[in-house]
Amino acid sequence: MDTLAFLIRRLGQAVVVMLVISVIGFSIQDNLGDPLRELVGQAVSEAERQALRDEMGLNDPFVLRFGRFLAGAVQGDLGTSYFFKRPALEVILDKFPATFELVLAASLIIVLVSVPLGVFCAIRPNGWVTQAIMGFSIVGISIPVFLTAIFLIYIFSIELGWLPSFGRGQTVTLGWWTTGLLTRDGLAHLVLPAIALSSIMLPLFIRLIRGEMMEVLRTEYVRFAWAKGLSSRRVWFVHAFKNTLLPVITVGGVQIGTLIAYTILTETVFQWPGMGFLFLEAVNRVDTPLIIAYIIVVGLIFVVTNTVVDLVYTLVNPMVKITGRAA
Amino acid sequence: MALLEVRGLEVTFPLRGAALTALRGVDFTLDAGERLGIVGESGAGKSMAAFAILNLISEPGRISAGEILFDGRDLARLSDNHMRAIRGNRIAMIFQDPMMTLNPVLTIGTQMVECLKAHQKIGEAEAKRRAIEKLREVAIPSPETRFDSYPHELSGGLRQRVVIAIALLLDPAIIIADEPTTALDVTIQAEIMGLMIALCENHNVGLILITHDIAVVSEITRRLIVMYAGRIVEAGPTAELIAAPRHPYTRGLLKALPQKNRPGGMLHQIPGTMPSLAAIPDGCAFHPRCEHADARCRRSVPALRDVGGRLVSCHHAERIS
Ligand SMILES: Nc1ncnc2c1ncn2[C@@H]1O[C@H](COP(=O)(O)OP(=O)(O)OP(=O)(O)O)[C@@H](O)[C@H]1O
Ligand SMILES: [Mg+2]
Repeated sequence: MDTLAFLIRRLGQAVVVMLVISVIGFSIQDNLGDPLRELVGQAVSEAERQALRDEMGLNDPFVLRFGRFLAGAVQGDLGTSYFFKRPALEVILDKFPATFELVLAASLIIVLVSVPLGVFCAIRPNGWVTQAIMGFSIVGISIPVFLTAIFLIYIFSIELGWLPSFGRGQTVTLGWWTTGLLTRDGLAHLVLPAIALSSIMLPLFIRLIRGEMMEVLRTEYVRFAWAKGLSSRRVWFVHAFKNTLLPVITVGGVQIGTLIAYTILTETVFQWPGMGFLFLEAVNRVDTPLIIAYIIVVGLIFVVTNTVVDLVYTLVNPMVKITGRAA
Repeated sequence: MALLEVRGLEVTFPLRGAALTALRGVDFTLDAGERLGIVGESGAGKSMAAFAILNLISEPGRISAGEILFDGRDLARLSDNHMRAIRGNRIAMIFQDPMMTLNPVLTIGTQMVECLKAHQKIGEAEAKRRAIEKLREVAIPSPETRFDSYPHELSGGLRQRVVIAIALLLDPAIIIADEPTTALDVTIQAEIMGLMIALCENHNVGLILITHDIAVVSEITRRLIVMYAGRIVEAGPTAELIAAPRHPYTRGLLKALPQKNRPGGMLHQIPGTMPSLAAIPDGCAFHPRCEHADARCRRSVPALRDVGGRLVSCHHAERIS
């Protein structure tokens, strides 16, 4: 398969997924949002309301209304936030950097912690350290994220006073992007939320990596690698780990996408000024355009993440060659 | 003195409760450049014996008794580092299924060069040159291109050639080939076997050939070991064993062969199946399947003893010949 065909197919899939998400978003608007609420007061009579509806096309057939919605969406027009009185997409994108940096930091923690621990637990399956890590990860899976967050805040902010637990701290503006990664204060503010967010996936990733790696260690090609007299390091980290990566990338990519869903909780607990926090506020205020804009932006992030994961997968796996070399 | 001498080898799997014994009292020797066959039905312990020599028995199995003397050292008691220096270097192994033996995400070249580098101080270019030379020796077409190929780009036959090339890379003293052609297409089995034998001969490599196939073993090996339920039941010169088997199990295996002079005739089958490790019968392990079995066979394990220039473990060896 060659690269172009792969990209076209991927793009097709992405369009379908985005279309489905748009339908969901639009249905929410259709059922929840009442633009009239914003436009007119309580005093307007029902007859006048109906006239206004007709005029605004709110009584048109579904397909027509959806078409209009889609046409707007494609041009980046997802409506105007009731609360902020600004384009919803603009409001969301203002908050995007905060969420992005939080997810990035959490992902980094997940990779840096779960890879060494997972590999260690696979190559020393019976040691007490492994037992401890695995036991801990079972407990970890069942602790809800807000509990972890509150626990972290209590210890590191309130008791020890080492780390802030509130907001993003000092940020630097680079074009339309505001980053907290360039100041000490910004980084300090990132630590606790990132740990809390990563804690959801960490046990899962450790178990996933350990499971896959143990599976690979039982294969004939690993046995053959031992029979060649290679060092343990070479067998574990080249022969076994490379093969462990393939399934981990597939599952892991999807899970990183799921992290975005958990940012809603994490951002709320830490008052992190990101999209998730904004979304929860929007839900409270029944700010429908903002809710829909959030869903569509997050859907887009999902699709992009999955495409990148697929691309990485093909790079690691020689059996899925997209560069078109003859097999 | 023999190149390799296995004495009283015993392999056990300590499991919860009982320990399973996979190999018991296995003795044999291999001289330099000699070819030895090991036959027996599935589950007899052939692969176990092979992996025991390289100290590569899968967990939790371990060598619980006996010695494996090679180069004046006991491999059963060698440190990890010393054992590693022997694997792939002095004693190499060829596995059954070439589709599973090579790592799917590493190129053929990588898998050859790493083996050279594990055992010798050698530069990248020199290692590549030697790897390609070996690929040429096992008659792989355009070895320079194949060096950069991934295993899935090669057919089963070519892959087994690569595995043979890897086994020969460091001019080992012994190659253990565990059913090297069973997984291959019938049409190329003879070709691969022929190649392997020729190369072992050229380089004076001792070969331990594990197989189900008595026909192959009779053509290729000088001495033969027959295994049953983790023990050697008969061992001696291949030609003599095949001409006049003394153990009822060996007889059964031979009778199960398609006869050249009686094509289309009914194939004899040994009744019953090889017992699992957890259910090895008392006395002679073969007695439930043996037509000669009597009370003594059910009670006591026959010792492996010299009967007319070969070793047989059967109470009735003299009577059967
Ligand atoms: N990891 C293990 N744990 C417990 N028992 C095992 C293990 N591996 C192998 N065995 C048992 O050891 C015995 C010998 O197995 P082995 O693989 O040596 O047989 P084999 O003669 O090579 O058979 P085949 O012709 O099928 O390759 C079998 O009964 C098998 O079930
Ligand atoms: Mg076997």
